[in-house]
Amino acid sequence: MFDYELIQLILIKVIFAFLMVGAIMTMAGYSVLAERKVSAWMQGRVGPNRTVLPFVGHIPVVGSLLKGLGIFQPLADGLKFLFKEEIVPGHVNKFYYYLAPIVALVPALTTMTVLPFGEFVNAEGVTIPLILADLDIGILFVLAVSSLGVYGIVLAGWSSNSKYPFLGGIRSSAQMISYELAMGLSLLPVFLWVSEPGSTVSSLSLVEIVRSQQGSTWLLIIQPISALIFLIALFAETNRLPFDMPESETDLVGGFHTEYGSFKFGIFFVAEYAHIVIGSAIFTLLFLGGWNFLPWLDNPWGADWMGALIGTGWFIIKTISLIFFFIWVRWTLPRFRYDQVMDLGWTKLLPLALANLIFYIFVVTWLDQSNLNLP
Amino acid sequence: MAKTVVLDRKPLSFSERTYLPQIANGLKTTFSNMFKPKVTLQYPEEKPKIPQNYRGVPTLVKDPNGREKCVSCQLCEFVCPPKAIRITPGGVPEGEDDREHVEKAPEEFEINMLRCIYCGYCQEVCPEEAIFLQDEYSSSGYSREEMINNKAKLYELGGTLPDQHYKWDKKKKAEGQGNSH
Amino acid sequence: MVCSKHPVSAAMFMIISLVGVAALFVLLEAFFLAVLQILVYAGAVMVLFLFIIMLLDVGPDAGKASKMKLVSGLAAAFSISLLIVIFLIIVQDSGWLLEGASWSAVPESSKLTQGGNFVFSTAVKNFGYGLMTKYMLPLQISGFLLLAAMVGVIVLSKKDEKEVG
Repeated sequence: MFDYELIQLILIKVIFAFLMVGAIMTMAGYSVLAERKVSAWMQGRVGPNRTVLPFVGHIPVVGSLLKGLGIFQPLADGLKFLFKEEIVPGHVNKFYYYLAPIVALVPALTTMTVLPFGEFVNAEGVTIPLILADLDIGILFVLAVSSLGVYGIVLAGWSSNSKYPFLGGIRSSAQMISYELAMGLSLLPVFLWVSEPGSTVSSLSLVEIVRSQQGSTWLLIIQPISALIFLIALFAETNRLPFDMPESETDLVGGFHTEYGSFKFGIFFVAEYAHIVIGSAIFTLLFLGGWNFLPWLDNPWGADWMGALIGTGWFIIKTISLIFFFIWVRWTLPRFRYDQVMDLGWTKLLPLALANLIFYIFVVTWLDQSNLNLP
Repeated sequence: MAKTVVLDRKPLSFSERTYLPQIANGLKTTFSNMFKPKVTLQYPEEKPKIPQNYRGVPTLVKDPNGREKCVSCQLCEFVCPPKAIRITPGGVPEGEDDREHVEKAPEEFEINMLRCIYCGYCQEVCPEEAIFLQDEYSSSGYSREEMINNKAKLYELGGTLPDQHYKWDKKKKAEGQGNSH
Repeated sequence: MVCSKHPVSAAMFMIISLVGVAALFVLLEAFFLAVLQILVYAGAVMVLFLFIIMLLDVGPDAGKASKMKLVSGLAAAFSISLLIVIFLIIVQDSGWLLEGASWSAVPESSKLTQGGNFVFSTAVKNFGYGLMTKYMLPLQISGFLLLAAMVGVIVLSKKDEKEVG
């Protein structure tokens, strides 16, 4: 009656999914800490260095080091959000007010299902990518689901029934639609480049794109313009600082989450950072070679599980440095004005992305032709 | 009328119009800032250095011989803009043979630190140089009553300051020479 | 549900139904179409809808309520009858279902289409080949149509400078 193998498979998937959610949420929590620490360092401050756990903090050297680095801070922050009083302003639309944080977080976490983080060759010599669901349209899935994330912000802005959140919501919806276009167009040349002529295998898969960078150059070197446009659009899509229109603190109080407090705000906060983590991971996969070592070099580690572990670690290191880059840019650049954001998106990035696409169409066609003409 | 000179702004070059070199430059600046020494103090453990003429909490001081300097003339009470000072005048306590029945001393001296605005008028007006705003800057308490400094607290905070006048020593010396006034 | 009096609720239900259509595509193993459905309709078009609703601040429309009731009643009747039909099919053909043929598998013989010489599957590349070979003309026509629409929008939205003065 019961298909035990199927149940086993589902159980394993569920466990992996929980692990993945745990990993991403931890990384999101610690990127909040990294944000605070890095901003502090850049401004000549020390940053959070007070939180301490009862026993761990008393270990002679390690304890004080961990305390100084604020390792336990995300724990304290999370607990603070959890135990704060739930305040719901009287003028909000209750249903959508509660729905908005959920809608903001769910797409951010859903995109991780197609996020590969390594691969290994099992005993039978089959290469297995470490991924929850190896869709052959991975990148499109990511784009589609992350485009749903805007509803969280829009609904939050609208249901708060107050002017600043509303402005934040309106701004973010316009901004996200504008930059999605440039983002999609910047990715086309990448996939044009990767898909071999004549093969029936679709290579919109994120695993395929990493494999294509194995032992050869990173796509960042081949397609710097695509990478640049994608990076800028990524900043805009994750509402990071040069483009943090939806919550520009100085002119919109807190933006779309002005009316939110306690754990609902916490969810928005985590969703924002989860977006950053996943965005960094995707940029790493697309342009920085994923879990491959360095451009033009073969992976110095083997293909067994040990090598897979090192590869995953290497991938995480790359992702973390990209998260650092996000934070670094935030504490360097001032915010764009709203019309400048729209101007940049529509009159600069979009034409540039189109030109880039056409250029690579010609390059790829020429390369294909010359390949086919070979004896 | 001031002469205004209109400067021609140079048109931006291509690399400047992309803003990317400038952004890279800014990133370099912030990155180098990460490794500069920190300028902040870890407050409760590290205390800031208080300058000499700092106006902190007002305190009462004694002269080097351990005598109260305040004679409860109530000038500070009078001058205090927020009316933070309350003095109950009284005599010099028994036993100080020199000063007994000659001078007065405060029986109680209260400064309400919730009212005090740290203006320093009391210090300025005091003829006996008995009240000083010193380097104490963190005064806190759990209740309003706790924030009213009484005489004992004020002397504890004030301590002894070097005195240039030695009023009573001079008077004693003069008396010894037969000149009591 | 889409006929809800409240415009924002109506838009949200519309999004849910679009995502539902995408889910149907997934069940048909047309992942590419499903993702495009979400990307284009749920992700972009409906955001614009919501955007306009919010900008215009449309309130609940009481006048249309009775008309909407009729529409939603019809829709409900239609979908319930459809459900019954599907149920009947399943009940009648359950024997066929149990005999091993799964719903989603496309029979091998139908994978080769008659007209073009490309293999039918749901992979993205085949969409591309299909569009660029067999369905070239419809593609070009729809592209032309979109271009015309775009030109029309530009003409409509561009203010006549003489009138503005």
